[in-house]
Amino acid sequence: MSEGQVGAEQRLVTPGMVIGPSTGKHAGSGAIAQNEEFIATRLGWLNEQNDVVSVRPINSAYMPRSGDLIVGVVAEVRNNLWFFDVNGPFQALLPMSLAPWKVEFGSTRQHLGIGDAALARVQEVDEAHNMVLTMKGIGLRRLNEGCVIAIPVNLIDTLRGENNSMVSRIRDLSDCRIIVADNGRVWVDGDADNMFTVRGLIQTLVDEGHMNNFEDAVHALEQQRGEN
Amino acid sequence: MGGYGDVKLLRDDGKRLDGRTVDEMRPVSIEAGVLPAADGSAMVTHGLNVAVAAVYGPMEAHPRKIQRQDRAVIDVRYNMAPFSTGDRIRPGFNRRSREISKVTAEALESVVLVERYPRSKIRVEIEILAAEAGTRCVGITAAAVALADAGIPMRDMIVGVASGKIEDTVVLDLDKAEDNYGQADLPVGILPNTGEIAFLQMDGDLSIEEFNLAMEYNFKAASEIHELMVDALKRRYERGDN
Repeated sequence: MSEGQVGAEQRLVTPGMVIGPSTGKHAGSGAIAQNEEFIATRLGWLNEQNDVVSVRPINSAYMPRSGDLIVGVVAEVRNNLWFFDVNGPFQALLPMSLAPWKVEFGSTRQHLGIGDAALARVQEVDEAHNMVLTMKGIGLRRLNEGCVIAIPVNLIDTLRGENNSMVSRIRDLSDCRIIVADNGRVWVDGDADNMFTVRGLIQTLVDEGHMNNFEDAVHALEQQRGEN
Repeated sequence: MGGYGDVKLLRDDGKRLDGRTVDEMRPVSIEAGVLPAADGSAMVTHGLNVAVAAVYGPMEAHPRKIQRQDRAVIDVRYNMAPFSTGDRIRPGFNRRSREISKVTAEALESVVLVERYPRSKIRVEIEILAAEAGTRCVGITAAAVALADAGIPMRDMIVGVASGKIEDTVVLDLDKAEDNYGQADLPVGILPNTGEIAFLQMDGDLSIEEFNLAMEYNFKAASEIHELMVDALKRRYERGDN
């Protein structure tokens, strides 16, 4: 492990590993308390903040939460609703009443067909993973152009950076429109060369994201663009 | 005494045919993340055994009748490749692979936090590429590393390990000749941090003393294999400079 990490201690833990005593602290995600000790339940980096011990997983599936911004792809259309693939274990449902258009019963296919992508928000999720989406809201729309790139869910925060700083930098240097959705999909739109650049950066993040090489790649590209 | 009396499995110097001592394990190496398409994967080489495990999910459980409203189901498919042994194995499921798939799934269900993913399915595929006795244990070890690699929450990483009896002597980690001509085989799935047993089978007879000694060997081997499992995962994800 590299020395001199900025911020919290970076310790890789594996499932079943004893993290430390549980007295006076609470178990966050990725940790359970057992016999007055915390046990990691996931492979990831140990995180301790405000007496909450948690594990930031290295690899995880998308688990929807209400309010999440997602890029979904229509998987099935019925007369009064759409089913979206949202990169999670279950499909999400968008009823026609929560679509941004005035939809008549039976005319759902005129607005969104199978394979169409859309930007939506998670309205609610219940304990059995039933999930309802809404497209009523600012910026929620059908995605007609651009491309959608998939990234592991745990890398979303790295791609966004603090207060979206990293994504803003990539927007500035590539002149692309970029939306990083919570379900591990990134929508990118711009001219072909710039989209290709963004794709390359995101690939660097996916391949080497756990090694902090991503910021260097962005920085290098910024300098290169600055010189030209 | 059962088994085949005329087959000599222990040398005069007390060592086994391959030169190991009674409590010595075959060499083990583990690598995590070997399959790019899977959500998590691992390859375990244990002696001449080679097992690859791939984990997909959690995903919606299909067909619907296998769904559980309060937890995920673990769907394990253990398979030996046709070329994994000297005699070609007919491809596809057979009674043995069904049994091993079932016991492996039950062992994994006891460590995976299945209640986190109601109505879902976690698919675990275990493929034995080369077999030399003890494949179910190697498969379980590979599956545990693959599950951890896939980010599935677990209480512990289960380790598969076996001991047995040859020529009235308890030995650790039977090889092919010892498995075929020995007197007993005791494969177990151990949770190394708590010392719990998630899976245990016994083929042949062991006295209580022999059983206890075999379990002692198993626990010792499990902690060694567990270190290798943790090391494999760390090697895959350790930060930049190594």
